[in-house]
Amino acid sequence: MRSPSATLAATLALLVALPVAGMAEEAGNNHAPEIARQSWSFSPPFGTYDNAQLQRGFQVYKEVCSSCHSMRLLSYRNLGESGGPEFSPKAVDILASQVQVTDGPNEKGEMFQRPARPSDPFRSPFANDQLARNANNGALPPDLSVIAKARPGGADYLYALLTGYRPAPEGFQVAQGMHYNAAFPGHQIAMPPPLSDGVVSYTDGTKPTVDNYARDVAAYLMWAAEPKLEERHKVGARVMIFLIVFVVIMYLAKRAVWARLKHGGATHAA
Amino acid sequence: MAHPSTYQPKTGIERWLDARLPIPRVMHDQFMVFPTPRNLNYWWTFGGILTFMLVAQIATGIVLAMHYVPSEADAFNSIERIMRDVNWGWLLRYSHAVGASMFFVAAYIHTFRGLYYGSYKAPREVLWILGVLILLLMIATAFMGYSLPWGQMSFWAVTVITNLFSSLDSVIPGLGTRLVEWIWGGFAVGGPTLNRLYSLHYLFPFIIAGVVVLHIWALHIPGNNNPTGIDVKTAKDTVPFHPYYTIKDGFALVAFILAFAAIVFYAPNWLGHPDNYIPANPLQTPPHIVPEWYFLPFYAILRAIPNKLFGVIALLASIGILFFVPWLDTSKVRSTRYRPIYKWFFWAFVLTCLVLGYLGSQPPEGWYLILGRIFTVYYFAFFLVVMPVVGLIEKPRGLPGSITEPVLGPQEVKAPPAPKVPLKRKPAELV
Repeated sequence: MRSPSATLAATLALLVALPVAGMAEEAGNNHAPEIARQSWSFSPPFGTYDNAQLQRGFQVYKEVCSSCHSMRLLSYRNLGESGGPEFSPKAVDILASQVQVTDGPNEKGEMFQRPARPSDPFRSPFANDQLARNANNGALPPDLSVIAKARPGGADYLYALLTGYRPAPEGFQVAQGMHYNAAFPGHQIAMPPPLSDGVVSYTDGTKPTVDNYARDVAAYLMWAAEPKLEERHKVGARVMIFLIVFVVIMYLAKRAVWARLKHGGATHAA
Repeated sequence: MAHPSTYQPKTGIERWLDARLPIPRVMHDQFMVFPTPRNLNYWWTFGGILTFMLVAQIATGIVLAMHYVPSEADAFNSIERIMRDVNWGWLLRYSHAVGASMFFVAAYIHTFRGLYYGSYKAPREVLWILGVLILLLMIATAFMGYSLPWGQMSFWAVTVITNLFSSLDSVIPGLGTRLVEWIWGGFAVGGPTLNRLYSLHYLFPFIIAGVVVLHIWALHIPGNNNPTGIDVKTAKDTVPFHPYYTIKDGFALVAFILAFAAIVFYAPNWLGHPDNYIPANPLQTPPHIVPEWYFLPFYAILRAIPNKLFGVIALLASIGILFFVPWLDTSKVRSTRYRPIYKWFFWAFVLTCLVLGYLGSQPPEGWYLILGRIFTVYYFAFFLVVMPVVGLIEKPRGLPGSITEPVLGPQEVKAPPAPKVPLKRKPAELV
């Protein structure tokens, strides 16, 4: 009686575990247009970020996106942490010090400007949302800190969005100041096409194309949203190995204990 | 089954404690030698799994509460801080969030198991009622917990659900509005609302733990039901809880944790909604407000009713009706195994719950709404019509003579089946 039911329980666990492990980082819902699956270095179960890709992605963010989009939840120090772009400590210092941030008040009670330190959060392009709207035709550029988790499709969606600009199809009315985008829900987006070939100069020999920019910045934004992903996958592998061994031991122990009953052993001794 | 104590204190300190607070005696009698039917299948392991999940949720929750800030301005950011800067914060938070889902997976399986094997029937009515109470408390706790990240779904779920109370305005004008404002602590969902949700989210798990103690107490008076649904007759029908069920439950628990861990480590946001990573914005409604998956069947029932007040009543009734199941079911036989007609209705009910769950995730329009209404009707008809009527007209299959019989085969003296019913039957005639 026990073997089939034990097998059933084990099969159930596997049935849940397997499709889940194969599932992309973000399960989408079906409200957005079809988003093509891309292959990412960080896909579960063993994926890690490609440091060079994250560095390039950060460069795209810094040189293009950051003129409108904030990333309030990140600090410059994060750029040097393991499981991320892993810039050298010196590079992080330099990247931070290139930015002027407001500090204070000083002993005279005045706010002052100083170069940023690695511990400072990313400087936002606008002091407040109203200013951001005012500078962007009434549209608010969203903060990008967790954008890769805040949109169905995640990194796939971000890549599709950044490469989704094209002329509107016949008969599609695009409102003034809006742009046609194949991936954006409703197909009308306020953000003008941010990328064009050659707009960011890569130094590692990667081709400076919109496709590469979009891929790199999408990967960078995935890291920004999920900075502990590498650690999670690494710990996960150990935990899974431990649990699989454990579950086998428990199964054998269970069989051994219940075998006592079959051999005519005492049932309820008490 | 209440059984005479077999505890023998062995050491001086055990004798001393036994005369004052006999915890070792209770542990020995109720958890070591407790006579448990020998034929419990793996559907019976979810009680232990649920106990583990409650403890896991409380443990992770207490640590999360050390870092969480329940204010409109800081709630979202404090959770991101847990994810980024707190040591192992990502693991705590994902375990807690996924844990809520796994808790409901186990609770629903446990409930359906009770329904299938008739575990609510005499003398286990109080046990069942306490279980339904725990389910209600879990629903409240999970709902309040989901509000705490203060993302878009959190905020709008709170807005939609608390607004349900305003339907009372159609009974006594002004009553609903006043009640909703009292719940909100203001004129809109805001900081005071978040604070009270947080306070109650911390309180409720301990109330659940208290009711769980009563639930286990109420289990240990009549003892476990079992897949045959027939009572324990001799000592041969039972085995001591330890080691037989500690090891069986333990194996099932580890298998369950394996599935749990796979989600936590490889798809932690699978069961969540992307919109909840957008900070709450009272000025912008998400295109589709959907609750967590474990509320979707109830949400579908709510939306199937065109009238708001009656929708809310149906929503409450969909869970409340479970309290009356022990008296709605008229069958003399506990286990659905021996109920040839009811069996089909039971599986149709399981299917109904799954379909309602799917419909709850879809916009309430067109066919989704029509199907939602059809399945809502069956949901209630199952309790109000099928349970009382089928129990009366159905001829149950012959029951085995004892629990041991189907396990070990007919024993030396074969007791005749209690309600002697011919095994040969023609279902068509019965319907």
